Amino acid sequence: MTGVEGYMYPNEITLYWSVLIVLYPYITGLVAGAFILASLERVFRVEAVKPTYRLALLTALAFLIDAPLPLQLHLGHPERSPEMYFTPHATSAMAMFGYVYLWYLMAVLVFEIWLDYRREIVVRSQQTKGLLRLIYKIMTLGSSNISPRSLHIDEKVGWVVTLVGIPSAFLLHGYVGFIFGSIKANPWWSSPLMPVVFIFSAMVSGVAAVLLLYMALTGLRKHTIDMRCVDTIAMYMFYIFIIDFSLEMLDLIHRVYEADESFRSLDFMVHTKLYFSQIVIQIFIGTLVPLVLLFITQVWKHALNDIVRKRIYVLCGSLILISVFAMRWNVVIGGQLFSKSFLGYTTYKLELATREGLLAAIGLTILPFLFLWVLIKLLPPWSDESAQAVASQTRRVAVVPGD
Amino acid sequence: MKFLKDAGHLFRFAGLFVLAFLIFLVVRGYVVPKTFGEYGHYRGATIVEIAARPVKYAGHQVCENCHTDVVAAKNLGQHAHVNCEACHGPLANHANDPASVTPALPDTAVLCARCHTASAAKPKNFSQVDPADHSGGVPCQTCHNPHNPTPGADPATGAMPPAATAGTHAAPDPKTAGGAK
Repeated sequence: MTGVEGYMYPNEITLYWSVLIVLYPYITGLVAGAFILASLERVFRVEAVKPTYRLALLTALAFLIDAPLPLQLHLGHPERSPEMYFTPHATSAMAMFGYVYLWYLMAVLVFEIWLDYRREIVVRSQQTKGLLRLIYKIMTLGSSNISPRSLHIDEKVGWVVTLVGIPSAFLLHGYVGFIFGSIKANPWWSSPLMPVVFIFSAMVSGVAAVLLLYMALTGLRKHTIDMRCVDTIAMYMFYIFIIDFSLEMLDLIHRVYEADESFRSLDFMVHTKLYFSQIVIQIFIGTLVPLVLLFITQVWKHALNDIVRKRIYVLCGSLILISVFAMRWNVVIGGQLFSKSFLGYTTYKLELATREGLLAAIGLTILPFLFLWVLIKLLPPWSDESAQAVASQTRRVAVVPGD
Repeated sequence: MKFLKDAGHLFRFAGLFVLAFLIFLVVRGYVVPKTFGEYGHYRGATIVEIAARPVKYAGHQVCENCHTDVVAAKNLGQHAHVNCEACHGPLANHANDPASVTPALPDTAVLCARCHTASAAKPKNFSQVDPADHSGGVPCQTCHNPHNPTPGADPATGAMPPAATAGTHAAPDPKTAGGAK
């Protein structure tokens, strides 16, 4: 049989979880990571990262809207997916995850963004015309109260929502890791460390994504990049990445030391079929290289000028995104390449223009950027534009008292 | 009261949640079948609906009442425990009215290959062949009696040759008899 080496059970020859199932934890991870970055400013009062706060929230929302789409495309009967909500089974991790997703989408992200933008939404609902005005009017939910006291209440409630959002973000992505980690029949997945590794790799990828987006968008707007902000983000990215890498190595060392009955088969797979994606891309190029570069920026920060540091951050951010994608690939695809008899291996052939092919995966990766573009147009995350909108409204009120 | 006024927008947002939840409950009331969960995590009425379906399989005991010659042939070979309807399909109608309902004979070139096409996942002692290589599309019953496919058995009746029945059964040649390839 094509692509099969050794002995495979008949139901192991074809991989049922395709690149779309790789994409799903990757995108969900970006959501969790972006939200954790936003919480740094809101809850932990890391003022330096403030320029990215709103962008991080909008990024999280854009990717969260996109997150279930790979799953929908993967399903043979996507129209049946709402049944997971209507008749959930308490023993199904996926069914419970549906509620975690909804909770995170509506009670955390949308609510926090709404609270944070409420003043601008009200102001824009009065300044804009036509369809935009209608959209902003709907977004105000019919309340135009932006008195200092109501904004103060928003601030307090927003803080609580972010506080609740941190464990929710952990829950959201921990759940994705849990789904894999709890599959006891698959030794490549079955590990209690899986949810923790997923959370930390999610955090580092989300932080890297927002860092790159902030630098790219600031450049496109012909504004100056706040070096204090990117230096601080890079510092957090470095620390989180160290924890992530340590956890992954702990998992690896544990597997090597334990050397259970699956070890020889998995070890062979890592040295053959997964060598390029795991050893070369994920560990060497995607982890060790950015860790060394980020270490250099932390130790010799003042010896490197802004341009060099910016270039290093862009390179590291890009490599980290590739590395985390490779990690998801190695988990999802790697877990299906070996036989549970430990006597054979199969091959994953990535198709091009099919429902679960490369083009669909690329489309679903680009889609969140379109969502983000719409969100940025509706709710600009830049402090200068927000201040301008509010200032012009204040002037208008001052000129026409009682308007 | 002042607080309630300044926090009014929060109640509106909460109201949105309540509204969404109510819509969810209404839609759920419509789309979830009434008998769902009656016995378990499925639609309870399915049990009655399935029970009401006409029986299609007769069961091998019913077949064996009439086809005693086939039972005798099967008992001589490896197919002794393969139920009649596994190959012939559901035969309740035939069993109820043998005179007017005559089931069609299966095409052995297709049917046998379903089980006997070589696969690495099958046990080594299970007879398996590459059908194109082994017979080139010739129906299997040309050489094998489907009820007793033992090599050497009479293709028409399934009876074993005299020597074999006398207890000198030669081991089948895997190359010609469809041993593991």
